[in-house]
Amino acid sequence: MTVPHPILVGPARGPVAMFSLIAAESAIFTIFVVAYIFYIGKSQTGPQPKDVLEAPIFYTLCLLSSSLTIHLAVKGLRKGRSRDFGIWWCATIVLGATFLFGTLSEWNRLIYRDGLTISTNLFGTTYYSLVGLHGFHVIVGLILLTAVMAFALSGNIRQQHAERLDVLSLYWHFVDTVWVVVFTVVYVIGR
Amino acid sequence: MRALKSMLAVLWFPAASAFAEPEHPFLSPTNIFAPASTPAYSIFDLSLFVLEVTAAIFLVVFSLLAYVVVKFRKKAVSDGREPAQVYGSTQLELAWTVIPILIVVTLFLAAARVIASIQNAARPSNAIEVTVIGHQFWWEYRYPSLKVVTANELHVPVSDPAHPTPTFLTLLSADTDHSFWVPRLAGKTDLIPNHPNSMWIDPHETGLYLGQCAQYCGTQHAKMLLRVYVDSRDDFDRWIQEQRQPAHLSDVASQGRHIFEITACINCHAVAGTVANGRFGPDLTHLMSRQTIASGVAKNTIGNLIAWIYKPDVFKPGCEMPSMGLSVQQSAAVAAYLVTLR
Amino acid sequence: MSTESIAWRAPQAAARPLVDKLHEWVTTVDHKRLGILYITYALFFLIIGGIEATVLRIQLIRPHNHFVPPQVFNRMFTMHGTTMIFFVAMPVLFGFANYLVPLMIGARDMAFPRLNAFSFWMTAFGGLLLYFSLLGANGLYGAGNAPDVGWFAYAPLTSLAFSPGHSTDYWTLSLLVSGFGSIGTAINIIATILCMRCPGMTLEKMPLLAWLNLVMAGLVILAVSPLTAAQIMLLIDRYLGGHFFDTQAGGSAVMWMHFFWVFGHPEVYVLVIPAFAFASEIIPVFSRKAIFGYPVMVAATICIGFIGMSVWAHHMFTVGMSSSANTFFVLSTMAIAVPTGIKIFNWLATMWGGQIDFKTPMLFCVAFLFQFLIAGLTGIMLGSAPFDWQLGNSYFVVAHFHYVIVGGILFTLFGAFYYWFPKMSGRMYNEKLGRLHFWLFIIGFHLTFDFMHIPGILGMPRRIYTYEPGRGWDVWNLIVTIGVVFQAAGVLVFIGNLLWSYFRGELAGSDPWDAWTLEWSTSSPPPAYNFGSIPTVRSRRPLWDLKHPDDPDWKYE
Repeated sequence: MTVPHPILVGPARGPVAMFSLIAAESAIFTIFVVAYIFYIGKSQTGPQPKDVLEAPIFYTLCLLSSSLTIHLAVKGLRKGRSRDFGIWWCATIVLGATFLFGTLSEWNRLIYRDGLTISTNLFGTTYYSLVGLHGFHVIVGLILLTAVMAFALSGNIRQQHAERLDVLSLYWHFVDTVWVVVFTVVYVIGR
Repeated sequence: MRALKSMLAVLWFPAASAFAEPEHPFLSPTNIFAPASTPAYSIFDLSLFVLEVTAAIFLVVFSLLAYVVVKFRKKAVSDGREPAQVYGSTQLELAWTVIPILIVVTLFLAAARVIASIQNAARPSNAIEVTVIGHQFWWEYRYPSLKVVTANELHVPVSDPAHPTPTFLTLLSADTDHSFWVPRLAGKTDLIPNHPNSMWIDPHETGLYLGQCAQYCGTQHAKMLLRVYVDSRDDFDRWIQEQRQPAHLSDVASQGRHIFEITACINCHAVAGTVANGRFGPDLTHLMSRQTIASGVAKNTIGNLIAWIYKPDVFKPGCEMPSMGLSVQQSAAVAAYLVTLR
Repeated sequence: MSTESIAWRAPQAAARPLVDKLHEWVTTVDHKRLGILYITYALFFLIIGGIEATVLRIQLIRPHNHFVPPQVFNRMFTMHGTTMIFFVAMPVLFGFANYLVPLMIGARDMAFPRLNAFSFWMTAFGGLLLYFSLLGANGLYGAGNAPDVGWFAYAPLTSLAFSPGHSTDYWTLSLLVSGFGSIGTAINIIATILCMRCPGMTLEKMPLLAWLNLVMAGLVILAVSPLTAAQIMLLIDRYLGGHFFDTQAGGSAVMWMHFFWVFGHPEVYVLVIPAFAFASEIIPVFSRKAIFGYPVMVAATICIGFIGMSVWAHHMFTVGMSSSANTFFVLSTMAIAVPTGIKIFNWLATMWGGQIDFKTPMLFCVAFLFQFLIAGLTGIMLGSAPFDWQLGNSYFVVAHFHYVIVGGILFTLFGAFYYWFPKMSGRMYNEKLGRLHFWLFIIGFHLTFDFMHIPGILGMPRRIYTYEPGRGWDVWNLIVTIGVVFQAAGVLVFIGNLLWSYFRGELAGSDPWDAWTLEWSTSSPPPAYNFGSIPTVRSRRPLWDLKHPDDPDWKYE
């Protein structure tokens, strides 16, 4: 009689853990968003949002498209098409890096042309904290994506890794979703 | 439990003598169950209701627990069989869900009523208005319409319940969070910078009411004491008149006054009608009209004044008043000057 | 399959060098070892936190005492609170969760063993960082001082203006670091419970301890994160010139309170729900009855989790919120009393009709029931906002929350120690010493915390290093301090018992309590792989089914 392999009851560990992490991170972002919204219009001095903020439409589109490209990359890997995977994964990194570049150049302009820093006023504090926290998560994501790229280039990524990369892509989708919220709060509601 | 009882018996004697110790009929001058003003009375009535409900719940559940613990002990001689396994009962679960919900709703409504009556009370036109500004570690009192500025000892008129003359306090802070708590007069309300608060009292009897800061505000939080003098209307009006006067000028103690005015004292303290106009520390214009110094910490006597000026740490280590490096003689001279500020 | 198991002893190889053994412990990813590391770490800090409390109580034994100056007192109560919550209560509960959850759900380890180790070491490092402040911080009062801003560190007291030097930063950073550890453990618990249950163990057949730790982990995820966010904001204020809580620049001190208590209130449910879990495992076994109303117990806990996220501002009733806000929080606070009360009734009903055996674990759990009832009722008093306007920030509150944390959580923790010590060590503890611990500690607990309510009623605020004579507080403070002696004695007996029994206790066997959950089916202590073969279960009490094949649980569930 063959001993049946114990069937694990329930979902896979990776997505469950990643969703839990996303929940925790969402709670952190929520607090920063609440602080941002609470302080809208309360800065006593210094540049105000409508004076200095320009909605970064192009860079936002880059970031949101990178969600599509990472989805296509994982889908390609699942089907065993590693060339597709490589191209779309690379595209994701490029789009993410472009977004980051956009944030940094916006900050450069705000600091040196408009004189807005984190210590200028309530707007400065809440803006740099919220956008900076998001940017930090983009950087972490890019580091992970680049590490995967390095593994791929050295021939170590195979079709069976698709599930794990799917878990990583969940993180990337989360980063994008947070940007949708941040964009709405900072550039639409707050201005 | 028996051990606990005998312990209580042993401690009863010192406890009983402690009951006799304060001259207060209520065990304590800051007893929340000895209200003397409408907000404190409202809270007291609500608290009695809550205590009755919780006492009833306690008796019922405690008795059930005690019964279970005694009745269902394992017998010394058991037949080795497990008792009947009961997995649940929908009726019981419903009962002990619905009944608590009803109790909770009742308590909620009772509390909601008192919240509204205290927080949304109308401000009559004859109300006394006081602005309280919390500092580390003293209380500043301003009567804007009566044009009085003083510190640490608050005077309000008594309020006849038939024709109330309440005092409305606006609560601000110059530095960290504080809390104004005079239990016999009202519940506590916090003083938070950039967040003005409001409370009111209408004491029904004259007398001195005690309290202290109830929100940790730094090193000397423990000695930020409150003294509220409830005066008769005449006494209160007289006190206001006296406080409105500029400083009493006296030729005596001119040496002390000189030291006071050339040392940095004047940068923190104000004496109306003189060059001293600092606002960081208490207003000293009528210092001798107060019974205590250092926010209630020491009696206002010349000896204590000398000690306080010489080394503030003797009464309040870590307070914000620095030792100005005066000698004992210089401190005595300044104290002699302050004693003229009636 | 037989429930008998041969007591398995490690083969007597040549004694390994101590360095090897230590290395094994430091590099372990085994959930049982990490659990023991967490628990030992917490016990060590329990002693330290207890010493801090003793210093506080000696200073307050009479008015105008000069045992310690105010600066030291303020550091003591800050460190006492911070240590007890973050480096005693949370680690010990994570430790028990780590040890028990995989065993009780029939798994070989947690879902992510390396994350588990990382989380423990983050927490451990956080505690060390906090205490390094005694050496490393630099404030106005000379080299080396611990934070003195209270465990809830209200703004603007924590701003650089009012807390110069680095003591506040040690508070912030140590909690930030250990917070990451807590979130890691929570993720691990959730993934383990949802993904690694043994065949047959659907969610409705999980032991209550697993369910309650699942809810607790969810709360950690949602609650610790706001604290993390607030601490990042505080660091930005202190070091980058930010204005989150800078009232001079229009910032809001009340916002810190909201963010802190959004963490702080669910945090107490994070602490008490595992305590409920211990009671829910111990009371049935020592009453010889299944837990009464399992589905309702699960539902009530989930309700407590949800409602617990909506009551936070009952810590802020005196702050000057509008009457509608105050009223809402009274409603939500009262509401949470309902599922909590349901649980007490269910434990009561579990004992009803049973055959109660008052071994030490059960003694502690029965005392928990009485004491948690009282704690809940004083909580209802505090939840009536106007009553809280008098009682809040006074010794009544201090008495209430110690009643919950010591009288509720610590008592069930002691019960859990005695209940699972045989499983973890393979040996029975000494029952007489256990009883001595119980009686000493319960006398001390009641002396201290029953009488502590009275100074609060008589107007004594908290966090004061001394008080005036003539306020009527003196004798009550004296009694409160005397209770400390008994509690300290009890804890010493407890630790002595654990140590002595570890080396000299009689062998326990795999199932000394005739219990019903999976951890008792393996040897004591369990082998590294937990189970020879992964079990399959059909009911909530798999061992009951095996011991009563004629009357198994799955016929009735």
